[in-house]
Amino acid sequence: MLVSEREQLRENIEQWVAQYGSDRSALIPVLQEVQRKYHHISEYVMQVVADTLNIHPVEVYGVVSFYSFIGLRPKGRFIIRLCRTISCAMQGNNRIARQLENDLGIHFGETTPDGNFTLEWANCLGMCDRGPAMLVNDRIFTQVTPESVHEILDECRKAFGAHTFQGEETCPL
Amino acid sequence: MAQQLRIATRNSGFIDPENIRDYIGVGGYEGLAKCLTEMTPEKVIEVVTISGLRGRGGGGFPTGVKWSFARRYDSDQKYIVCNADEGDPGAFMDRAVLEGDPHSVVEAMAIAGYAIGATIGTVYIRAEYPLAIQRLLKAIEDARAIGFLGKDLFGSGFDFDIELKYGAGAFVCGEETALIHSMEGKRGEPTVKPPFPAQSGYWGKPTVVNNVETFANIPAIIVKGAEWFNTIGTEKSKGTKVFALAGKIRNTGLIEVPMGTTLREVIYDIGGGIVGGKAFKAVQTGGPSGGALTYKDLDVAIDYDSLIQRGSMMGSGGMIVMDEDDCMVSIAKFFLDFTMDETCGKCTPCRIGSKRLYEILEKTTLGKATMEDMDTLKSLSNAIKDTALCGLGQTMPNPVLSTMRVFEDEYRAHVIDHKCPAGVCRSLLQFTIDYDKCVGCTMCARACPADAISGNKKEPHVIDQTKCIKCGACFEKCRFDAVLKQ
Ligand SMILES: Cc1cc2nc3c(=O)[nH]c(=O)nc-3n(C[C@H](O)[C@H](O)[C@H](O)COP(=O)(O)O)c2cc1C
Ligand code: SF4
Ligand code: SF4
Ligand code: FES
Repeated sequence: MLVSEREQLRENIEQWVAQYGSDRSALIPVLQEVQRKYHHISEYVMQVVADTLNIHPVEVYGVVSFYSFIGLRPKGRFIIRLCRTISCAMQGNNRIARQLENDLGIHFGETTPDGNFTLEWANCLGMCDRGPAMLVNDRIFTQVTPESVHEILDECRKAFGAHTFQGEETCPL
Repeated sequence: MAQQLRIATRNSGFIDPENIRDYIGVGGYEGLAKCLTEMTPEKVIEVVTISGLRGRGGGGFPTGVKWSFARRYDSDQKYIVCNADEGDPGAFMDRAVLEGDPHSVVEAMAIAGYAIGATIGTVYIRAEYPLAIQRLLKAIEDARAIGFLGKDLFGSGFDFDIELKYGAGAFVCGEETALIHSMEGKRGEPTVKPPFPAQSGYWGKPTVVNNVETFANIPAIIVKGAEWFNTIGTEKSKGTKVFALAGKIRNTGLIEVPMGTTLREVIYDIGGGIVGGKAFKAVQTGGPSGGALTYKDLDVAIDYDSLIQRGSMMGSGGMIVMDEDDCMVSIAKFFLDFTMDETCGKCTPCRIGSKRLYEILEKTTLGKATMEDMDTLKSLSNAIKDTALCGLGQTMPNPVLSTMRVFEDEYRAHVIDHKCPAGVCRSLLQFTIDYDKCVGCTMCARACPADAISGNKKEPHVIDQTKCIKCGACFEKCRFDAVLKQ
């Protein structure tokens, strides 16, 4: 990583800390910002966050490893989370799962080689009366069918053309 | 015919949730104004206590009593927390309230703040609810702009403001001590109670944690009075409860009924019965912490205590309806799969116990379990109940114990006869073709991926059991009901 990129990252983190307050309770909001912008939490980030909040990096690691929406492994720009819980299973989420795996050419827990899509399972998304339900970044889709999977993925791919994502940057790490 | 009665969801669907004027137009913020200008904090707590309102987040603790505890402790700072981390499988009432009527929660939090002497409120909301987050943020902003949040509300000298904290995909954070740790920037692991948050919560200060639906009831209680609320419901459970109907029921979605409504009324009158005219088998209430209720329980008047008596619990109000095609061993396995995934891992009975329970259930669905395994299932369940630290672990064996008790025959069928009566557990199924019904259309043979079906055109077909992989394709394809699944 270039020095200037590191500096940029550090600056960002310091800005978020200023926004959320420099006590411990700012930790998760700051990590959520980093995750949103850089799609994962690197060791370098953990060190900087620990320094700025004046806590041990191990404490930061403990938090990063606990929450499933924050993680060390780089994730795609679109994180697709399919509900795996009982009501959606009763409504045939396995067909959607197969369709997603086929269309993206990856299994659950993996990211496409181009870094565009990550496929994950989620537990109940609170849309149980309109399953199967699925979350794509911040958008919820309900009563998903194998056909609508195509459309949803197409829409995501089109968004790449525009290229600039809100608040997003490719990870410098 | 049972009637719905909407208190917590009184405005959802009737007003524009993004327009504070709409909320004010239906009497919104009158409750807060009344508290601040006509009532002492003690009086507010008294009204909530007399109303008999109990926490809707699962525990059913009397809300007024919780508030009075928090009021009693002296502290330079106190906090109000709204628990919007709803994650119970099959539950979505909190999402609906926040999306449909966010101001009712904002107003109630300010009322609670006034009652206990807190000036800061936090809504801990799961990140999976983007629309609810957006509506809530707008509601808070609008309330601030109009002076219903911020400094010196209604000229009373009382300050109150609300901020949001977002969950990060951990179900256990719905447990109140875990939630508080998460707010403090720590791992969302529960700790032993007492001390209860009302005494020592966020940063060790007195903190009231209430559920979204609990809060949504408050403004109505303040405006209409405790006596009004008190006339609704059963002796020990007052008011209404919102239930989320999902699964094999015709009318899925949210309903709100007075406590004491029977299960039959909920499922048949309001829910419209079972999809496709199938037979009702069971309903799971209380999600992964609850149990299965059957036709024997249909006439039970639903409230906190009656459900516990019947071996289940209210939980947050999710109802997952099962019909004759559902296998109860598989259902129990499903819930264990959920808890195994969501255990925080802090204590061994929960972390390892959930895995062991799951493994035995898995073995049962494969037809490989023995009667000794069934004993282990029971004793292990009881051991976990007794030794796990938080509610998640303590209640995790409930779906197992409850289905074992109510559907003992079904477990025995899996273990002794190696059969799944509902025809769900693939490994225990056998597909055969009824010689008399088969017309030899060849549909099944063409659908079979394993080349297991043979027979001449217009002559009965047969399945070679050594080749069959039990995929069920033939069963689905046959239009003459000639393929039997047993
Ligand atoms: C594993 C677990 C998950 C919970 N999840 C929630 C939840 O999502 N929402 C909620 O309001 N309460 C939840 N609770 C209950 C809370 O600990 C707490 O009792 C409740 O928020 C108190 O509010 P109430 O008195 O208004 O019900 C959960 C409890 C446990 C043990
Ligand atoms: S589809 Fe049915 S009727 Fe046709 S050949 Fe197969 S079993 Fe016989
Ligand atoms: S269940 Fe599947 S593998 Fe077995 S006979 Fe039918 S189609 Fe063939
Ligand atoms: S079970 Fe899938 S959204 Fe609730």
